[in-house]
Amino acid sequence: MATETHAAAGTAADAAHGAASAPGMPQLDFSTWGNQIFWLMVTLVVIYFVLSRIALPRIGAVLADRQGTIMKDIAAAEELKAKALDAEKAYEKALADARSEANRIANETRAAIQADLDAAIAKADAEIGAKAAEGEKAIAAIRANAVESVSAVAKDAAEAIVAAMGGKADAKSIAAAVTARMKG
Amino acid sequence: MATEAHGGEEGGLVFHPMDQFIVKPLFGGDTIEWYTITNATLWMGIAVLAIIGLMVLGTSRRATIPTRMQSIAELAYGFVYKMVEDVTGKDGVKFFPYVMTLFMFIVMANFLGLLPMSFTTTSHFAVTVVLALLVFLTVTIYGVAKHGTHFLGLFWVSSAPLPLRPVLAIIELISYFVRPVSHSIRLAGNVMAGHAVIKVFAGFAAIATISPVSVVAITAMYGLEVLVAFIQAYVFTILTCVYLKDALHPGH
Repeated sequence: MATETHAAAGTAADAAHGAASAPGMPQLDFSTWGNQIFWLMVTLVVIYFVLSRIALPRIGAVLADRQGTIMKDIAAAEELKAKALDAEKAYEKALADARSEANRIANETRAAIQADLDAAIAKADAEIGAKAAEGEKAIAAIRANAVESVSAVAKDAAEAIVAAMGGKADAKSIAAAVTARMKG
Repeated sequence: MATEAHGGEEGGLVFHPMDQFIVKPLFGGDTIEWYTITNATLWMGIAVLAIIGLMVLGTSRRATIPTRMQSIAELAYGFVYKMVEDVTGKDGVKFFPYVMTLFMFIVMANFLGLLPMSFTTTSHFAVTVVLALLVFLTVTIYGVAKHGTHFLGLFWVSSAPLPLRPVLAIIELISYFVRPVSHSIRLAGNVMAGHAVIKVFAGFAAIATISPVSVVAITAMYGLEVLVAFIQAYVFTILTCVYLKDALHPGH
């Protein structure tokens, strides 16, 4: 670009300056200082205004926004975690309730069945008792009948024996003798 | 480029490592008035455009999930902001746009100066002296305006034994006024030296037998210069913060 032509011009200018800045440090060529300082001030003012008016507030806002978003997300996550814990607790509670309810129902049922059972057993016992008493009564009646039959048979037998022996059977004395024997 | 031209003319091994720093008018004419547009002006303008491109156009979408350009802009913002806050404290944050301006200009000018055929504005004392004097004046004026005579406590080391204090005060006073000098020469000196050394190695590349060594050396120096470009901008900025801390909190 224009550098080529300026290289020549620059060399000419350099030769002129060269005498002034003998050791060859363009930094110490004070004739360019005013120019550099002027343009530097322009540069700095422009950068300062661009940064302080536009760039820095914008970046600051973006960073704050991001921080806010992250905070909000963390808070939301905490909330959800608490909710989950609550739900878990409620579930545990419902489970425990159901279990105790089931236990209670089982116990009640068991008690009811037991009561029914007890009643049935008592009823059966009573029936058995009644039947046994009846049986005993029947047995007693049968026994009394038997004793009566035995004494009648014994009287008859004794009468027959006495008659067979040729004696005269006194019904009254025979009955007394049989009765005395049977008691013995 | 000027080096090659000269080398060709004279046909020998001639070094002009400083020719790259010559300020020339861009649009003809030999004289440089204060308003003349020179190569220095051009590269300052390119630095301004690059900063606008990065910091304004790069962030124009204001994305919550940043693009690459926006990430770089945010990194630069966070880097300087944290530096200002850490070094000067919470009340130093009002200087943040000012410090950011210095940092962005220096880092951008340093990196642009590393492009081949470019002109490095920060290699000139005219530029760095102004930058350093701006910091020096800001610190002095703000310090005196805010703290009055209490600002002089900066030179009176109250933690030292009493007989030593006048001696220390003189030393502190000298070091205070040497600050802008060291502040400016450190930056321009580092940048200028690196560029000049690269140019010298480039001059050696004209000799066929040494040229491979020369190319390797240029590559290595270039890598080092990339590092220096950032580190010097960082050093200049953090020293600015340290000096601002003196203005905000004088006394040791």
